[in-house]
Amino acid sequence: MVQGYQLNDVEMDVLKEVGNIGAGNAATVLSTMLGQRIQMTVPSVNLVPLTQVPEAVGGAELEMVGVCLGVTGDAPGTILFMLPVSSAAMLVDKLMTRAPGTTKSFGDMERSALGEMTNILTGAYLQALGELANIVLHSTVPALAIDMAGAILTTILAEVGRLGDYAFLIVTDFLLDGNKGVKGHFFLVPDPEALVTILRALGVKEWNQRAK
Amino acid sequence: MEPTGEVIRVGMAESAVCRAPGTLITSGLGSCVGVSFYDPVARVGGMAHIMLPDSSQGRFTDNKAKFADTSIPDLLASLEKLGAWQERLVVKMAGGAQMFNFGSKDDRFAIGRRNAEAVKRALDERGIRISGEDVGGTYGRTMILFAESGRVVIKAIDKAEREI
Repeated sequence: MVQGYQLNDVEMDVLKEVGNIGAGNAATVLSTMLGQRIQMTVPSVNLVPLTQVPEAVGGAELEMVGVCLGVTGDAPGTILFMLPVSSAAMLVDKLMTRAPGTTKSFGDMERSALGEMTNILTGAYLQALGELANIVLHSTVPALAIDMAGAILTTILAEVGRLGDYAFLIVTDFLLDGNKGVKGHFFLVPDPEALVTILRALGVKEWNQRAK
Repeated sequence: MEPTGEVIRVGMAESAVCRAPGTLITSGLGSCVGVSFYDPVARVGGMAHIMLPDSSQGRFTDNKAKFADTSIPDLLASLEKLGAWQERLVVKMAGGAQMFNFGSKDDRFAIGRRNAEAVKRALDERGIRISGEDVGGTYGRTMILFAESGRVVIKAIDKAEREI
């Protein structure tokens, strides 16, 4: 398989389930926050070649909003919530109970609203993951960037790239108002060592990380 | 400025060379650093999209284009094969931004600055001077080298196109 990681079907399924439970909890919290039903896709668990990551979200130069948090504790990593600028504006309208179409730019207040929302999403996600695996996870204060998708993603993945040419991504898409509405990509990027911790904690015994 | 000749897109942790009138483009430079090389006599160009400063910190280092210390010599060798002379090379760099500000506590995201420093060090060790740069800040960039003219243009969202 690919350098650095070798995962069998059972291990992939376990990680998919981890993503599923985390995202399910996060979607419930987001629904409550917005007073609206949120749909989510079944998480995809992928090893993506680094060079192809920007294309995976629609192109390197596409302008997007990225909210990033570090994960600390037993299974460290990074969380990134990425959404198109138009979706972010719609979300801010809903979060701040503005009339649809009001938000045109992202000042301190808008950024803070998006950061706090991602903070709550992340908290719900990590809580579910922590309870499932019986591990302790915390998140750092969110930071936000509005820029080219490629520039945001490559920054997050640089540390991962130290250990291989592939990024391990657990991605869930959230949909509000069906396909036409708000769409966000929620990335969990575990540090390579954290994958071992998560799989072991979930009882996947035969896991090992084999060097090429 | 419109691209001329064949357009080659250089992805993250990749590098490429071309002859005039080709165009080399690397998009979405955040903390990564783009480096362009151009020999105006041989009329060949090269570009690298460097992701990390130092291959000695990596575990899988066979992709030379990923690290500053291995990408620069590798690309120089490819350029020489196309007839470029190191003494004539016009070298420019862009990127190395800090996209997220977590405060000073987390050095993990200061990687942009470390990348830019490592590129400068790798060039300096070979006596290569940098003649233009657009480095740092908090925004992403796209770097374009026109091998027809040797001109290098930087694009960013909500900013005017800028030649370096």
